[in-house]
Amino acid sequence: MSARIPDVARKAAFALTASTALLLSTTACTGQASSSGASDDASKEQTITFWHAWSAPNEVKAVKALVAGFEKAHPNIHVNVVGNMTDDKINQALRAGGSKAPDVISSFTTNNVGKFCSSGALVDLNPFFKKSGIDPNTTFPKAMNEYTQYQLDRCAVPLLGDAYGLYYNKTAFKKAGITSPPKTWTEFEADAKKLTITQGGTYKQLGFMPDYHGWETTTEHYLGQFSPTYFDKSGKSTIATDPAVTDALTLQKKLVDGLGGFTKLEKFRSGLGDEWGPKHPFQTGQVAMQLDGEWRLGMALDAKPDFEIGVAPLPVPDDQADQYGKGYITGTIAGIAATSKKQNAAWEFVKYITTDTDAVVDFSNAIHNVPSTLDALKSPKLKYDPRFKTFLDIAANPNSTSSPASVNGGVYLTTIQQLGYDYESGKLTDLQAGLKKAAAQIDTDIAQAK
Amino acid sequence: MSALTLRTKRRRSALRTLAFLSPWLIGFAVFFAYPMISTVYFSFMHYDGFKPPTWSGTKNWTYVFESYPFFWPALRNTLWLVVIMVTLRVLFGLGIGMLITKIKTGTGVFRTLFYLPYLAPPVAATMAFAFLLNPGTGPVNSILEKIGIPAPGWFNDPNWSKPALTLMFLWGVGDLMVIFMAALLDVPKEQYEAAELDGASAWQRFRFVTLPNISPIIMFAVVTGVIAAMQCYTQPLVAGKVASGVIQGAGTMFEPGYPEHSTLTLPQLVYNLGFQRFDYGSACVVALVLFALSMAFTALLMRRRGGLIQAGD
Repeated sequence: MSARIPDVARKAAFALTASTALLLSTTACTGQASSSGASDDASKEQTITFWHAWSAPNEVKAVKALVAGFEKAHPNIHVNVVGNMTDDKINQALRAGGSKAPDVISSFTTNNVGKFCSSGALVDLNPFFKKSGIDPNTTFPKAMNEYTQYQLDRCAVPLLGDAYGLYYNKTAFKKAGITSPPKTWTEFEADAKKLTITQGGTYKQLGFMPDYHGWETTTEHYLGQFSPTYFDKSGKSTIATDPAVTDALTLQKKLVDGLGGFTKLEKFRSGLGDEWGPKHPFQTGQVAMQLDGEWRLGMALDAKPDFEIGVAPLPVPDDQADQYGKGYITGTIAGIAATSKKQNAAWEFVKYITTDTDAVVDFSNAIHNVPSTLDALKSPKLKYDPRFKTFLDIAANPNSTSSPASVNGGVYLTTIQQLGYDYESGKLTDLQAGLKKAAAQIDTDIAQAK
Repeated sequence: MSALTLRTKRRRSALRTLAFLSPWLIGFAVFFAYPMISTVYFSFMHYDGFKPPTWSGTKNWTYVFESYPFFWPALRNTLWLVVIMVTLRVLFGLGIGMLITKIKTGTGVFRTLFYLPYLAPPVAATMAFAFLLNPGTGPVNSILEKIGIPAPGWFNDPNWSKPALTLMFLWGVGDLMVIFMAALLDVPKEQYEAAELDGASAWQRFRFVTLPNISPIIMFAVVTGVIAAMQCYTQPLVAGKVASGVIQGAGTMFEPGYPEHSTLTLPQLVYNLGFQRFDYGSACVVALVLFALSMAFTALLMRRRGGLIQAGD
């Protein structure tokens, strides 16, 4: 008898596991509903849920005002707003669906657009744009129009944007005898050296913090000034063949070496205040020039620095001097969840917050981001510090660039970033070999994701 | 008794046994068998969490082992933590435990002092260590520089990031200390007295009395330590992020194991592949590797344990 019981138990356990396996194979096959057939009635009384990532009190207030404007225009649609949502939480909710899941989401990461589109997590908005008679190509600035779609699948729309430029310490410039912000990287390099004042083994004032870990000085932000292609028509990585990438990485390495070397710079960097705090090194005067987004102006002014802040576009390569004024563009995106059962109502909301000129302008005024439609960029209602105009011009500049959406999100950018780390630290000496290897890696990663 | 009634009786008895076993069976099926089988199943599928999974054969396996650039560094780091960190933690925990049992006065104070760090939330503890060990402004390096010792880069130097992590885990050794103290106080006094009468030295008393008596506890500490080291996720992630200056904010990307992959662990890869890249298949492969490693280590240690216990008896 005693020998028989475990046998029975074992059989029962096997039956249970086998049945769970069967259960699994059936539950796992739950695909998403087709995106094109939204059939809900947007004129009915209803509530939609909107998830966003903003968290600062003034930002949350601005979102509330934006939603209030929409509800006034569409009295039958109510919006349940949920803030401070990270991309990871949004991803999870888009997968799970359900009654509490968002109908409309917004995210700060344009890098995820390719993933959102190719997986079908967000619906293709092309049919909605067509139905409403809006042409995205003439509504949004070029770069923003590009980073919100993947292979003609427009699963996202730009909801305000970020443009990158150069902040400089006017007072330090005067002291160093520099009269205007640098327009080419050669001028920039010379200015950065002039502005650097060493003190013992470290710096009293560093002209520029070139390290890829220096917050916004990431590989793709440098690359933006060189207009890289990233991928060819067949979708293969071009980083090993596109001279823009070699030029950008070489320039950064030159800056690192010229300003004191990697180890010394990294040691200095690790002791600097954090990016979002009041002790940001540009604000404290420890760094005289800073590659940063338009939001830095407000933050730097709030910190009341004891110097005058200057703003200009970032320099361009010497052979692209005619393109001075361009910059790297990214921004917040919005989209409609594939699991949403109220897609038409959700579209009304998305349409309002992203294409209604006054709504976009008001929201931009409230949170100091760059407006994301061509009309809003020109709107007389736009209120800003005269220096902010630099960023509006960068955003509207047709030469401004962004990083294209890819099937696996920003994985290719991480690979380039990794190569950048290895090159700046001196771990990698043969740049061409490194680029070839990285390009092969990008192609493999994309093949794996398809 | 007829054959029929015997069979009924047997069936009844079997059902009763099953009924008693059912809580365990259900738990086993739901929390072990089902996830396990699904992990194996998905490791052979292409699945992004949205579209239905499709069969991809061994593609995920070859991707993880041959093409995913972070797998081998993460495996090496995880093994480093398992071997070096666990050994040091056990030695340090045992050492502190022994010292405190020897102290005559103020035991409570020391016990509290050594146990308290264990209660610190992992993220807060890591941030505190990143601050203390900051190569540019941290107090540890300024002291080291003052007394003329070359100050390491700690979390900013690939050669020092794992030792820095280990240092932090040694600081939080309170849990092991308590267990070892209990075990040490349980060693029969007579055995020490007998050994002393035989003229045993302090080392011999430790080697032939203390060690055999507490060997099951050491094994427990090692096995649980190995499993915890395999699952090490939060601390290296936070340390890498803080030291790299990347704060999870607008548009920042996952930056694996700053500096130079030195703080990358296998659980981080599971998260990165599954929840950030939407590549569940490859995430399942890494999870299975982790599972197989844990099983192998535990099995190896359990075999050793048998030997040690016999030596103790």
